Amino acid sequence: MKKSICLYFQVHQPTRLRQYRFFDIGKDSHYYDDFANRTILKRVAQKCYLPMNELLLEAIQANKGKFKVAFSISGSALEQLDRYAPEVLDSFRKLAATGSVEFLAETYYHSLASLASPSEFQHQVEKHKKHVQDTLGVTPTAFRNTELIYSDSIARQVYDLGFKTMLTEGARHIMGWQSPNYIYTAESQPKLKLLLRNYGMSDDLAFRFSDRGWNEWPLTAEKFTGWLSEAEGDIVNLFMDYETFGEHQKAESGIFDFMRALPGMVLAAGMSFVTPSQAVKNIKPVADLSVPDAISWADEERDLSAWLGNELQQEAYNKLYRQTEKLALIGDPELWADFGHLQESDHLYYMCTKFFSDGEIHKRFSPYATPYEAFINYMNVLSDFIIRINGRQ
Amino acid sequence: MTVLMFGWEFPPHIAGGLGTACEGIVKGLAHNGVKTLFVMPNASGDEDQSATTILNASDVAVQNVSTTVEEFIGKVKFYYVDSNIVPYVDPDEYFAAIEKMKAEGRSQTTVGFGQKFKFSGKYGADLMEEVSRYAQVGGTIAMQHKDEFDVIHAHDWLTYLAGIAAKELTGKPLVVHVHATSYDRGDEKHMDSRVLDIEKRGMMAADRVVTVSDLTRGIVINKYGIDPAKVVTVHNAVDFSGRENIEVERGIKDKVVTFLGRITFQKGPEYFIDAAAKVLKRTKGVRFVMAGSGDMMNRAIRQVARLGIADRFHFTGFLRGADVQKMFALSDVYIMPSVSEPFGISPLEAMRTGVPSIISHQSGAAEVLKYALKVDFWDVDALADDIYALVTYPALAKFASKQGYDEVNELKWNGATAKLKKVYESLI
Repeated sequence: MKKSICLYFQVHQPTRLRQYRFFDIGKDSHYYDDFANRTILKRVAQKCYLPMNELLLEAIQANKGKFKVAFSISGSALEQLDRYAPEVLDSFRKLAATGSVEFLAETYYHSLASLASPSEFQHQVEKHKKHVQDTLGVTPTAFRNTELIYSDSIARQVYDLGFKTMLTEGARHIMGWQSPNYIYTAESQPKLKLLLRNYGMSDDLAFRFSDRGWNEWPLTAEKFTGWLSEAEGDIVNLFMDYETFGEHQKAESGIFDFMRALPGMVLAAGMSFVTPSQAVKNIKPVADLSVPDAISWADEERDLSAWLGNELQQEAYNKLYRQTEKLALIGDPELWADFGHLQESDHLYYMCTKFFSDGEIHKRFSPYATPYEAFINYMNVLSDFIIRINGRQ
Repeated sequence: MTVLMFGWEFPPHIAGGLGTACEGIVKGLAHNGVKTLFVMPNASGDEDQSATTILNASDVAVQNVSTTVEEFIGKVKFYYVDSNIVPYVDPDEYFAAIEKMKAEGRSQTTVGFGQKFKFSGKYGADLMEEVSRYAQVGGTIAMQHKDEFDVIHAHDWLTYLAGIAAKELTGKPLVVHVHATSYDRGDEKHMDSRVLDIEKRGMMAADRVVTVSDLTRGIVINKYGIDPAKVVTVHNAVDFSGRENIEVERGIKDKVVTFLGRITFQKGPEYFIDAAAKVLKRTKGVRFVMAGSGDMMNRAIRQVARLGIADRFHFTGFLRGADVQKMFALSDVYIMPSVSEPFGISPLEAMRTGVPSIISHQSGAAEVLKYALKVDFWDVDALADDIYALVTYPALAKFASKQGYDEVNELKWNGATAKLKKVYESLI
């Protein structure tokens, strides 16, 4: 059997909060930094989404549909694209129309709802599915959770929501001697098939591509195709943030040229491209995986510590999700929307205090000078939000 | 009678309470018929330029500028020594001031005995260098004006060497004024021995040591070994003239309990947080605010998160100018749980705004405020009790607010400086 290459790109933009002071509590309930959100989204659209979508469309056409990719676009990102860069949505629709692009389901708000509340999780997954249908005209059938967070209990929830395919991280501490380059099943729900990220090869593109200190620099499409050919197993899953192309790895690094050359070389080397849903149809699973404690694709630890690793994050998380029941009773769409945006995992990520090793990555993505500032600002917003909820009871 | 006074800062460009106190003292002395020649190093150099007459001493070694402020009816003269030392300020603020100075190209100035001193902008090492430079300049100024004053008065350790120099050169009596000691800034293990040494030298050389509270008087006598006979307490006062309370629209229905100050060990922030957690177990209609910044801030934030009260306990960061007034105006209870506080002017500010205050017995202010509630800083249960009572029993809050307001309006510098004048008179 031909070896399969599965490319999946994550598109997400957080709804960044404005500087919200104690003095604003109870007076002003607009929480978002619209200017920063618009500016950043427009920049990323120009540098990444538009040129990369065009590149992928050309590659699909040039290879007569044999080049395939998958996307997951969070609801928060879809909202911002609709508001600030609708031309990007048009280009995603064009990609959807080729039939060679699969769009995955996730939580609408890129949240940690899978850990916090089964009902909120279900609500967000269904909201996202419907929004993707309405916006892109396709129905997601495979699932990826926020930051590839996965555990045995999440597997059961995902299957119960109607998905038979799920993506997660090929975390070393879970895999042991096993390779991520096969299809696995969930031990807690054997009918749920798992695709595991090959973090080494994914990060070659996502993190190391432009690193001149890396002994493999410069990475050419030819060299990378060679690695893919040599890799053991049935499938190599290359999962990464879409912003890798043009944003994290700048255009000057040659990342676009690399991606332009890669599809033809992979196909010529006798390998094929698959989307997640096709992969589980074509390839038989080899074993089941037990994951009692949640894993993710973040940081060295590949666990939840990027979002829930310290007491600040846990406090913010607990206080937020404590509102779930009250909100359900009120049923106000405006409060629901704010509740959703406040659930975006990014807000907790900004509070991470793992300053060493991965701290640099956290800092790069944070609008705050310190995790403490992120916490203070978030709690001020949350306090106003809770006052609004209590005022409605 | 005229006093040669060495200070470190003076309004409007002040970083801490020392400048405000000096202004109150100078004004109060003027009211009591005592003239002052006020010498200070100056961080920004643009202070009071509009209201002053600058005399350039072109070839004189000391760059001295004497100025008369109309407000003091010619009783106060200022001598500016350009300096970038602002010891009563957050390091962040300090470095911002240095950057500003560098940008303006004022990196050095001519002072001392015709020498040029390079201002490096460093906080630690150069503070000492500038303190001794200030002593040189102080001595020069004292000699230049030795026929014009009767007593020398130096405020806090930064100016003690200048005071000693002036005394040695002119033979006039020296009063040192202790606004704070090393023992209020940290535990004995972490004290700067050079600062401690200067403090001690100043107190030993002085003919009288004035302390801002009996608490500080005790420290001066017991820790520095100064003869009790020459240590006199003159409690701080506060000048509220021209101050109007601002009106602020409240966005929150809950009662607001406020801590405002540097978030450092000696201010007792952790006791405030623990008390907040206890109060919140009993009542929900209350929020807590910690306004300020400092080296214990991150630890305080973690404590709040760990106790699970972050939705009712808010941090504002460092507050400036009008925001400070706004914070008082939004408060229902003010807390100063200091572990060691020579005086502590902030509860007076709060009470002036009509906010009932709870302060620790370990503060100088506790000696003069009858209508503030008082607890030991470590007694978190008592603090929680008092907070609970003030937010729950309107009669108590109303009483404390009214009485406190009247009380602080009586604490005038005119009275405090009359006592200071007696100290001077005893030396001439």
